[in-house]
Amino acid sequence: MSLMNMTAIQLGDKIKKGEVSTAEAVNDALLSMQKVEKDINSYVTILDEQTIYKRAEEVQKGIKQGEYTGSLAGVPVAIKDNICTEGILTTCSSKILSNFKPMYNAEVVNNLLKAGAIIVGKTNMDEFAMGSTTETSYYGATKNPWNMAHVPGGSSGGTCAAVAANECSYGLGSDTGGSIRQPSSFCGVTGIKPTYGTVSRYGLIAYGSSLDQIGPVAKNVSDCATVLETIASYDPKDSTSVKRESYNFTAALRDDVKGMRIGIPKDYFGEGLDAEVRESVLSAVEVLKNKGAIVEEFDLSLVEYAIPAYYVIASAEASSNLARFEGVKYGYRTEQYEGLHNMFKKTRSEGFGAEVKRRIMLGSFVLSSGYYDAYYLKALKTKALIKQAFNDAFSRYDVIAAPAAPSTAPKLGDSLCDPIKMYLGDIYTISVNLAGLPAISVPCGVDSAGLPIGIQFIGDCFNENKIIQAAYSYEQTREYVSCDLCR
Amino acid sequence: MGKEYEVVIGLEVHVELATKTKIFCGCSTEFGGAPNTHTCPVCTGMPGSLPVLNKQVVEYAMAVGIATNCTINQNCKFDRKNYFYPDNPQNYQISQLYQPICINGGVDIETENGGKKTVGIHEIHMEEDAGKLIHDELGENSLVDFNRSGVPLIEIVSEPDMRSADEVIAYLEKLRMIIQYLGASDCKLNEGSMRADVNLSVRQKGETEYGTRTEMKNLNSFRAITNAIENETARQIEIIESGERVVQETRRWDDNKGFSYPMRSKEDAQDYRYFPEPDLVPIVISDEWIDNIRGRQPELRDEKMARYAKQYDIPEYDIDIITSHKKLADIFEETVAICDNPKKVSNWLMVETMFLLKERGKSPEDVAFSPKNLAKLIDLAEKKTINNNVAKEVFAKVFDEDIDPEKYVEENGLGAVSDESELRIVIEKVIAANPKSVEDINAGKLKAMGFLVGQTMKEMKGKADPGVVNAILKEIFGI
Repeated sequence: MSLMNMTAIQLGDKIKKGEVSTAEAVNDALLSMQKVEKDINSYVTILDEQTIYKRAEEVQKGIKQGEYTGSLAGVPVAIKDNICTEGILTTCSSKILSNFKPMYNAEVVNNLLKAGAIIVGKTNMDEFAMGSTTETSYYGATKNPWNMAHVPGGSSGGTCAAVAANECSYGLGSDTGGSIRQPSSFCGVTGIKPTYGTVSRYGLIAYGSSLDQIGPVAKNVSDCATVLETIASYDPKDSTSVKRESYNFTAALRDDVKGMRIGIPKDYFGEGLDAEVRESVLSAVEVLKNKGAIVEEFDLSLVEYAIPAYYVIASAEASSNLARFEGVKYGYRTEQYEGLHNMFKKTRSEGFGAEVKRRIMLGSFVLSSGYYDAYYLKALKTKALIKQAFNDAFSRYDVIAAPAAPSTAPKLGDSLCDPIKMYLGDIYTISVNLAGLPAISVPCGVDSAGLPIGIQFIGDCFNENKIIQAAYSYEQTREYVSCDLCR
Repeated sequence: MGKEYEVVIGLEVHVELATKTKIFCGCSTEFGGAPNTHTCPVCTGMPGSLPVLNKQVVEYAMAVGIATNCTINQNCKFDRKNYFYPDNPQNYQISQLYQPICINGGVDIETENGGKKTVGIHEIHMEEDAGKLIHDELGENSLVDFNRSGVPLIEIVSEPDMRSADEVIAYLEKLRMIIQYLGASDCKLNEGSMRADVNLSVRQKGETEYGTRTEMKNLNSFRAITNAIENETARQIEIIESGERVVQETRRWDDNKGFSYPMRSKEDAQDYRYFPEPDLVPIVISDEWIDNIRGRQPELRDEKMARYAKQYDIPEYDIDIITSHKKLADIFEETVAICDNPKKVSNWLMVETMFLLKERGKSPEDVAFSPKNLAKLIDLAEKKTINNNVAKEVFAKVFDEDIDPEKYVEENGLGAVSDESELRIVIEKVIAANPKSVEDINAGKLKAMGFLVGQTMKEMKGKADPGVVNAILKEIFGI
């Protein structure tokens, strides 16, 4: 059996005990990649074997010498391609960064390396994290390991597919509007979007700066809590980083929901929600109720305003964040041009894909003079009201349970032709980013087509431990189900 | 029939702050340095990098705001100003639009007729400087040096309260004085650490509405500012007189050619799409913080002048000149502390220092000699170890190279010779060589005496004490 069938902690444990070597671990990850990568396309870049084995040897030595003592030492990890890795191609799945090798590591990467992680590759994504299917990548779409006619979700589709297809033990994604939780649910894996400010954004190539958070994707809740504990840190290099009282997320891995108050937002279970998803999520809630949780329906309201507010704010920030890609300093530059402005225009026209251009235009529009108040300011006010609605809810509930997405993974090609429909697919995840809240997506079943369904637990700011506890308790009632590819 | 016009001027003054490191990263702000050596991922706009605000920038901005009677905005924020230009690595500048740090201030200036007037300050905001483009003259390439990228600036925006070039200069000198006294900047116009853009419009006297204004850039000296204001005023009046309309635009002043021309805009449409900078958190300024800065404010010029009048026995005229530059005042105080001779120190600063500054084309901020050496020089002159002419010569050395005057005088044998027997030998030689002068003196033409003194000084290579020489000559001729 491949070592990649184990969870990250199980594998880390065996490595620590000396039952398995780090070289064997990376060997199995590489074998999985050889088997499935050409079909799935989880990665933009797979590090060359020599580099991977060299690092494995280093870590093995470090473990022996007591340098690496954590549970992730020697465990292969995949990093989303919008997270900077020193000297390793970091493309954001865009043509415009097709040759970009950062001169520094993102803070999360340094945190992982300090824990003895072995990076095996950089995962595919929607270009600049804009999309919900991983189809907008310049390097081709990633396929869903459960059914290759379907998308893995996005934008962290590469990371989630790589975890689901055993091409790594765990991975890092980023979540601006649901980009960790939605593909996690589509790929049958677990992913956490932490409270804004918990994980340093230093080295994360920004999409929507006020919404972006890096988070873990893994086979189960324990792995996710452990990875989050490793990557989360107060970072003075990120002004929006928060010094938290505790980073002990694994303390919440307790099978106990007695008396836990779980709110069910009625608005999240109404029109537009697939019946099978609805049934699966509600039966998962029922499981928790049977374990002693107090479950209650409530009106969250404002849900319909979340999507327009999100697309205004995220696109506005993106239009400015992506201005630096113009061919002067790094990345792609158009071959032939006349003068500076022509170079800017041609480079950006050729370097960005359609969805990125759409959002840059949308963002530039809502920020232009005369429209700023009508769109951007109004969106900020909506954001504040949404936060208020969640504050009210969390005065009554410990966690909110909801679907992660209105349906299971759509077929390849179905979403791109109708961007509005794709945007609407973010309805259950987007408010969480607007309010800066933590949320987790955990598998809770499959639909009649055999595609995974995820339940999302949302917590109040800095209350990761409550959602981790709820998710962990639920997870204890079912086995991890892998896709056919890995059986 | 000639109409009477009034010019209305408001200024945008950029001041480079004297912090050791840049506004959003730890890179050095030091001037010079090989291109792109004072850079890091933040100030070169590398993907994924994030800004972290330098607290000293906020404190300098607050200090300037307090000294110019502004209200400190206790909840201020940064915004992004979006425009594409290669000297701007992110293609946005982090600045402040919606909530600048200081608002509603003003400073008093003296007007031409000796009256007083307040020039209002609309706001002061913090922002980052851009890099520098270097155009390759041989090839077709331009290169970017990001050493200046991220150097902290404050922009001081005045109300349109000035009515002449003289008032503009008075306002700028006042600002410069305040900021230099605070130590927030050296405010050198020629090096660009202080830059002023002039917003100017004209209207008929008595009119209450403002005319259409232009913004003038590239003004690198007070002279250029004065020239540009006069030129632009005349240009606008001419346009109006000819029945046409002034176009609102940004113009660039060419001081060599003495005229301005419209600048090509950085983007065709000047829409900077400002929005709050999401990578920085709002700056919350507590009452305690403001009090703390207020308590640490150094003595400004008006206070210093009052103190000098009480503390030092020097004329008001001297006080005015010495305090006109913080640097001079600092040297004055430090030198007096060593040699306790305020009037002598003041003289050296007002006369010789000013003369050499002018001759070397420098400004008082450039003064580089140490008070210790000036004090030593004054001491040598007071003790008549050297005579006045030699003292001036030695001072030039102090001024240029900050040499130790005692050592210098000794090593170069410049000490005044007042040993009479040695002088007598030389004087007798001079008398023997100039029989005509002796004749004249004996005939009562005492003017010739001066000639003999001069000749003796020449023989002595200037080291003799002319008083002593004169006395000996008088004695010889029995006068």
